[in-house]
Amino acid sequence: MIATLPPGVPDLRARPSWRSKKSRLMTLLMAAAVVAVAIPLVAVLYSVIEHGAAIVFRAFPDFFTKEIPVVSRRAGPGMGPAILGTLLVTGTATLIAVPLGVLGAVFLHEYGGHGAFARVVRFMATVMTGVPSIVMGLFVYLTWTLHFGYSAFGGALALACLMLPVVIGSTEQMLRLVPAHMREAAYALGATKSRTILTVVLPAALPGIVSGSLLAVARAAGETAPLLFAVGAATAYNPHLFTEANTALSVQIFGNATSTAFVAAHDRAWGAALTLVMLTFLLTLTARVFTARFALKK
Amino acid sequence: MIDLRGKVQHADTAFRWIALAAAATVLVVLGLIAFTMTDRSLPVLERMGLRFFTSSRWSAPEGEFGAAAFIFGTLYTATIAVVIAVPVSLGVALFITQAAPPWLKKPMVYMIDLLAVVPSVVFGLWGAFVLSQHFGLGRSFLTAGIILAIMIIPIITSLAREVIETTPNTDKEAALALGATRWEMIRAAVLPHSKGGIVGAVMLGLGRAMGETIAAALVIGSALGQISANPFKPGNSMPAVIANEWGEADELHKSALIALAVTLFVITIVVNLAATAIVQRSMRRSRGG
Amino acid sequence: MDIAISRASRVGLRAVSIERAEAGGAAAEDPEAKSSVHRRHGPTLADTPVVFDLEQLSVHYGAFQAVHNVTLKVHKNQITAFIGPSGCGKTTVLRCFNRMHDVTPGARVAGKLHYHGVELYGPDVAPTEVRRRIGMVFQKPNPFPKSIYDNIAFGPRVNGERDKRQLDGIVERSLRAAALWDEVKDRLRLSALGLSGGQQQRLCIARTIAVEPDVVLMDEPCSALDPIATARIEELMRELKSRFTIVIVTHNMQQAARVSDRTAFFTAEVDSKTDQRTGTLVEYDTTAKIFSNPADERTENYITGRFG
Repeated sequence: MIATLPPGVPDLRARPSWRSKKSRLMTLLMAAAVVAVAIPLVAVLYSVIEHGAAIVFRAFPDFFTKEIPVVSRRAGPGMGPAILGTLLVTGTATLIAVPLGVLGAVFLHEYGGHGAFARVVRFMATVMTGVPSIVMGLFVYLTWTLHFGYSAFGGALALACLMLPVVIGSTEQMLRLVPAHMREAAYALGATKSRTILTVVLPAALPGIVSGSLLAVARAAGETAPLLFAVGAATAYNPHLFTEANTALSVQIFGNATSTAFVAAHDRAWGAALTLVMLTFLLTLTARVFTARFALKK
Repeated sequence: MIDLRGKVQHADTAFRWIALAAAATVLVVLGLIAFTMTDRSLPVLERMGLRFFTSSRWSAPEGEFGAAAFIFGTLYTATIAVVIAVPVSLGVALFITQAAPPWLKKPMVYMIDLLAVVPSVVFGLWGAFVLSQHFGLGRSFLTAGIILAIMIIPIITSLAREVIETTPNTDKEAALALGATRWEMIRAAVLPHSKGGIVGAVMLGLGRAMGETIAAALVIGSALGQISANPFKPGNSMPAVIANEWGEADELHKSALIALAVTLFVITIVVNLAATAIVQRSMRRSRGG
Repeated sequence: MDIAISRASRVGLRAVSIERAEAGGAAAEDPEAKSSVHRRHGPTLADTPVVFDLEQLSVHYGAFQAVHNVTLKVHKNQITAFIGPSGCGKTTVLRCFNRMHDVTPGARVAGKLHYHGVELYGPDVAPTEVRRRIGMVFQKPNPFPKSIYDNIAFGPRVNGERDKRQLDGIVERSLRAAALWDEVKDRLRLSALGLSGGQQQRLCIARTIAVEPDVVLMDEPCSALDPIATARIEELMRELKSRFTIVIVTHNMQQAARVSDRTAFFTAEVDSKTDQRTGTLVEYDTTAKIFSNPADERTENYITGRFG
């Protein structure tokens, strides 16, 4: 029961009303949305671990080292060639895209400024981030695979094209965070522009550039479509970059999930999925740790 | 006399040119893409003309390539994805920025980031085996829509969050000072301010959903020629068709698939550009006050 | 008489010390009150050779004229101070001396600016060469995010010095000259960002003198520091004067009065038609004269605190 207050004292107690009920309801709905997001995340991770852990860890390290059974009906590991393929293709793509992207961003921010050329390039880089990955795959097919055949390098080219605009964007962001007075201090000591960029600006922006690039690498490692058209579907180890078809984890997952109805193949697909997820999570985690510990604060 | 001429700095000039060349790679690659892909689409376009876009008859052996069903499929699944994703993303973004206790914010942001990192093919795998088989949803527009929704939620959420956080504190405090509840404050101060940016974020999500190949390919059902509004029917979308049919396609068929890719490219570019323009305009407006 | 003096300065001979009394009574070089003038009023400063010779210097940022009509001479081994209210072109003029405006898009410098007789903005002049001889210390200390050692060694390394022993020596000498050696000698490899504000500024000074410039420009070097750190830097300036020519921009009149030999007073004029504020030089003379008996009324108003 509402107690009576002495006269003259204002009553500030909360009053139940439909307005506050409505607000609380909306907050509940928002929290429900959060749960709605958590569920698929947990569900997917759970499935991946549930179905994949068995085959990946049972006869460790067989899954990582054995070749892919050519006859997909056959049960058992492994995905060795696919892991090597993913590392090879993604690694090469990184070696192409990151230097190009960083240098390109350096031009845009340090030399290009607001000029017409820089604006066009920035705009086109934004356009490029929206290119569907399958379009990139077909493009590489037409320009590389047709002439040079399936190879890890073709896949690397396709992934590099996907990574390039992302690296440019995130690097330019990092360069913007380097304060102008740091450049001025270097100029005042008689350093040339290129010297200043190489010895002062880039080292200062480096942690951010590294974490941005790691995130781009993580995305590339998970890409499937471009590789379908460039890499092929080998089952044996192929450490050669330029010759012969290769394979990758993402391609294997796709192939095993669609084409065959054999449980063994499906198991391997889940195992490959688990491996891929672990790889991308590792890359992302490293990127986050880097940002947290080393990057320039805004 | 003082000599202020200095040595000629070859290295300095060379560096500038190298950096310029690197930046120009973007233009070169995009130009090549546009050129080679359009070039290779010509055969099928010559054969089919505008019917390529209007007919829904797609039959490789007969040389008939009408892409209408796939264009429809792409747009339809993307729409389903957006319809599912937008309320969820908005809810999450609002919760994180307005209602969550501080200790909960970071873990939730991490959770969204984790969702973004999972490769699309893994989502496709899960969708194919768990969603469609286990839960009996089968391969259909709806299943594809759900998977796509899960994949675009992180994008929409993080962009919406950024826009919402630019709401000036004074606006929010003004509402609260008048006795508004939290939801009323959101409706009065946050949403009007962030409207433009949220629309842009949604469009970016839409663009991504349309271009997403693999997840869709695994669960959409690969049905031919179905233009139907029934979401439970199996259907097809442009990227899925390309991925599934490429392996055994002859020259004309390949040309058709490439034409499909170009169509997809153009649609997604237009949507993405419009979205970027909207987001940038709303951010600029809010920063300028 | 005047021509003879200018010619003597121009060829850089140890100038005849001009007895103000000797020249006293002669008309000012430039009858206009606005121009820089050496008023002859009693024996004051022995004039060392001219380092910077400015005539009708002006700077535009795009269409906006930031400063104009600056005519003055800076002398060797003296501390010259630029004072005046905000926005009247002091820093703009200072940044002309080391070609810093080159990095500002749209900035245009016109007029004569001679450095030891060579036109600084001449066609053959390389800005990097200019900056190796004319160093600058900035308003906010801006050490690189590197170690203390690497900060000081940056300049010499840019100039091609690779020998470790030489670099060690340069680092120690510069830090000693900046009165910082004893405080940091045990932590040369630690990050420069860990130092206090005053220490960072002394580090920046050490970094600037490590390349052994001819001139050290200082743009309000103490405005971000507390009074004690400020006092230490002022003391440093007096010590460094014997080795370098120093030009300092300062908001702090008392500081100018304390450290400088010559002072230039700037103010901003508002163009009635365009509402643009353009800086200009009002008066330039020995510090003693400016602060005790300024010739221009505006100078007097500023000094006595009636405005600015």
